Parts: sequence; C-alpha cells; structure tokens
Amino acid sequence: MTWADTLLLLPELIAATGASILLIVPVLGGRARGHMAKWAMLALMAVTALAVIGSTYAVAGVQQTPTFRAMFAVDAFSVFFKLLFVVVIALVTLLSEDFLSEERYSTWEYYSLLAFALCGMMFMASGVSLITIYIGLELLALSSYILAGYYKNHEESTEAAMKYFILGTVSSAILLYGISLIYGVCGSMRLSTIAAALSTMLSNDALMFGIMLLAAGLCFKIAAVPFHVWTPDVYVGAPTPISAFLSTGSKAAAFAVFARVFYVAFPAFHLDWSNVLAAIAALSMIVGNLAAITQTNVKRMLAYSSISHAGYSLLGIIAMNEMGLRGILIYTMVYVFANLGIWATILMLRRHAYAGESVEDFRGLHKRAPFAAFSMVVFLLSLGGIPPTAGFIGKYFLFAAAVQAGFGWLAIVAVVMSAVSMFYYLRLVVAMYLEEGSGAETIYSPSLRFVTALSLTVTLVVGFIPELPIRQVIESSSHLVGRVVQR
Amino acid sequence: MPGIPTNYFLILSAILFTIGVCGVLTRRNGITIFMSIELMVNAVNLTFVAYARQFHSLHGLIFVFFVMAIAAAEAAVGLAIFIALYHHRDTIDVDEANLMHW
Repeated sequence: MTWADTLLLLPELIAATGASILLIVPVLGGRARGHMAKWAMLALMAVTALAVIGSTYAVAGVQQTPTFRAMFAVDAFSVFFKLLFVVVIALVTLLSEDFLSEERYSTWEYYSLLAFALCGMMFMASGVSLITIYIGLELLALSSYILAGYYKNHEESTEAAMKYFILGTVSSAILLYGISLIYGVCGSMRLSTIAAALSTMLSNDALMFGIMLLAAGLCFKIAAVPFHVWTPDVYVGAPTPISAFLSTGSKAAAFAVFARVFYVAFPAFHLDWSNVLAAIAALSMIVGNLAAITQTNVKRMLAYSSISHAGYSLLGIIAMNEMGLRGILIYTMVYVFANLGIWATILMLRRHAYAGESVEDFRGLHKRAPFAAFSMVVFLLSLGGIPPTAGFIGKYFLFAAAVQAGFGWLAIVAVVMSAVSMFYYLRLVVAMYLEEGSGAETIYSPSLRFVTALSLTVTLVVGFIPELPIRQVIESSSHLVGRVVQR
Repeated sequence: MPGIPTNYFLILSAILFTIGVCGVLTRRNGITIFMSIELMVNAVNLTFVAYARQFHSLHGLIFVFFVMAIAAAEAAVGLAIFIALYHHRDTIDVDEANLMHW
C-alpha cells in the first residue's frame, strides 16, 4: 500500500469520516441545531463528489488500476456509479428535510447512517474482490435496516425493519455461502483470478451451486422474483424518503456488483447461468407487472414496478455483451432519476407520516400543482419506456442486447410486459388529469421542487439528446467489455 | 493431507447450514430465527476455514474474522429492532407482525 493507493480511497475515507463526525455532533451539543444537519450532509456530498472526480486524475491514462492487492479498483465503471450514488444520497437528503422536521426525530444520526450507506455503496462499486464486495454490501445493508426502522414510534416502520432485517440477513448468509464455495473451487476471491481459474475448468457442481447461491443473494438485493417478498412491505412501512433510497440507490449499488461480478468473473460459464437468470428475469417482469395492476396503494404499486424493473435490468447481465453492459449503466441511471421524481411527488402529497399513498390522493393534481403533475407524467412515461423520454433509450439498449445474445423470447416478454405496465402507470395520469376531486393537500417545498426539476431535466435530456450520456457510458463500460471479448 | 479430509468439514458445514435454513423457516420467535441465521453464517465460516486449511492460504482465515465482526454488528442491529418491536406489541413472534400483508 502506497500513498497513491490511499489517494484512490479518498472518496470512501471522506464519506466514512464525515459519517462519523455527523454521528458525534449531537453528543457534542448539536442536537438543538437539527436543521443544520441537512447542510452539513450536502457539504459532505459535495466534497465526496469532488474526491470521486479527483480520484480519476490519479489513475488518468491507465485503463484499470486495481490496488490494495487487487481488492479495490478505481475505473470509469466505478466512477460512474459513485457519482450516481452521491447524487442519489444528496437528493434523498433533500427529500428527507421536511419529513424529519415534521416527525421530530434526530436528524444527525439519520444523515450519518445515509453517509455510511454511501460509503458501503462506493466500496461495492469499486470492489474487485468478493471480500471487498461483501463488506461494502453489509455496510449498506446494516445502515438500511436501521433507516427502515428509523420511525421507531410507528409500528409499521418497526415491522418493516424487522422483515427487512430477517430476510436481508438470510440472503447475506446465502450469498456468503456462495462466496465460500467459489473460493473453494478457485482458491481465490479476486474476480480476475477467479476468471482465470474458471477459463481452464470444466463445469462442476460445487461451482455452479456457488454461482447460483451468489446470484440468489444478489437477486434479493435487487428484489427479483422469487426473492422479492420483502419489497412491498418494506417500501410501505419504511419512512418515505428511505423507501425512495432503497428503490434507487441501494438497487443501483446491487446492480453495479451484479454486473461487475458476472461480467468479470464468470464469463466462462455464461451458458450455464444465463438460462437460470433468464427465468428469474422473466418471472420478475411478469409477476411484478401483473401484481402492480391490482394495487391501490401507490407505494405498493411502485414496489411491484421496481420488481419488474429489476427484471428488465437483468437482461443486460444475461446478454453479456457490450450493448448489455451499456444498457445496465444507462437504465440504472434513467430508472433512478424517474423513481426519485415520483417519490418526491408522493412526499409532496403527504398529510401525516404515511399519506400520499392511495391513488385517490392524486385526483385533480394538475389543478393544484401543475408542474408536479406534468413531471409526474414524464417520469411515469419514462418508467414505461415511451419514446421521447429517457426510459425508452435504456430499454432499447437492454432489449437489443437480449436479442443480440439470442434471448429473443426474453425481449418479447419484456416488450409485452412494458405494455402491461403502461396500464397502471396511466391510471395515475388519469387520476391526476381527468378525475375531479380534492385529493390530498400539497406541501411543495423548495427542496422537493429541486429534486423534481433535476430528475425531470435528466429524464428529458437523456431522452432527447441520448448521444451525450451514452458516450460517457460507452467509455465507462469499455474495459469490462474488453475482457469479455478477450475471453 | 494428514488428518481429517476437507470433505468431512464441508459436509458438516452443509448440514449446519441446512439446519439453520430449517430453523429460519419453521421457528416463529424472532430471537430463535436470529440464532438460526447465526448458525448459517457460522456454517459458512467453517467452509472458509476448511478451504483455507486445504490451500494453506490466509485469505479464507482473514475473511472469517471480517464475517465474525459483521455478524456481531448484525446482532446489535437485529436485537435493537426486536426490542423496538417488543415495545409496540409485547411479543417478538414474527407471525404477529401483520400490519401490512406479508
């Protein structure tokens, strides 16, 4: 470990240090100044973002520099995801503001846990060894369990935390068992060494079992069927900004890991695992979308919709080609921003801690808040994959990748299910524009306005000028794909 | 290698892991479920140690220390959640947790 290595770790070090400082501020007498926590958190996010960008200069000109004995890498792929995570956490901070002050819970600890979660997510994006990846994942998971139960006076929140905790720890144990079997077969936990060992190996039971257990653990994190049962309950019970975080940041981090592990370590056995993942993807799309149709609670509907989106994104991993990797990166970004915008609108409609939930609350929204209603339509269209929005670009990449890789039937399922999803997305649009009614009152604070505006900008810019972000994404994914092509 | 073959350890850890999974699926008390999860994690630790012994490598052994530390942190968080749950309804039976449809 050299000085340069430490510089590469700077974003994670800053996030961890910042989180620790946020944690001790209330002990030092900052509890009274709860409103300052938001600004401290936003400043921390700005510094972290600068450090992420700065760390790229440390590796400028080098395609990939694994450091710390090939356990941690700063490359375009990880930088792309880290910047996305920082933006997500900053936006979740803005979403949390009114919610926290209304409910009179401590703010410093809340933001501290978010910063720890960010640290874990960044380690997940940079991890090139199963050890680093597992520890990053657990840091994120442990912070998420506490955040899901943060409203400890609300029974729903505690119950959500309990369910999330039990199922989450079981899935971590399963993932860990997978890692141990892969270690046993390959003799190493570094992704590149695993890939090298596998390229000279015939398929064997222990290895396939290990890969399947690892995939099962990761499928829990991205909420794919049949590991999805926790999702609706946790999204409904957890504090709304945390539901927003779980459905965006936490999922994006899991996808970063999923993509990196399967693209780098397991290309040799693509034929063996791709069919299993294809079944999981098809089930997620079908179950997620069909279950969403029957929901009357908007949060529950979003939970099932997020299950179906996990299915779409899995196409990129199954396809295992250049197009697929680009699809994952671009779709993750597109999905994250559309979802954050929708959660911002839900937060705007709350009456008490848990309002803004039923479809009726959205009635006649275009009269009370025209901008929010309009942007909501754009986000819903983006999730549905309708052309002038960003969602279309993301889905185009994913579906094309699946066809290219010979999974035409899966692409057909995906297209049909996207059409089905428009049914329940449009139900909200109808409620907002065509149905008369008082609905819920709206509290549209500047922070929520900002989140909506930023998400809207990203969704429209990616939709109308796709070349701009796509070039970034191509550059970002090239080195991982390079390996696939080599093999 | 002299002594007990690695396979014996692997079979033992597979059995322990299965017992843990059965415990999670059949028990209804939160603490018992959590104990079963700990059993699963420790079964995995046994696998790591067995492989590390076979490879004469330190990686597996070191990972076990990390896993233990994480399991301890998990226990802290889990028990806190169960205490919060107990405050609400004087039981930690997971079947009673049905405010939202499961």
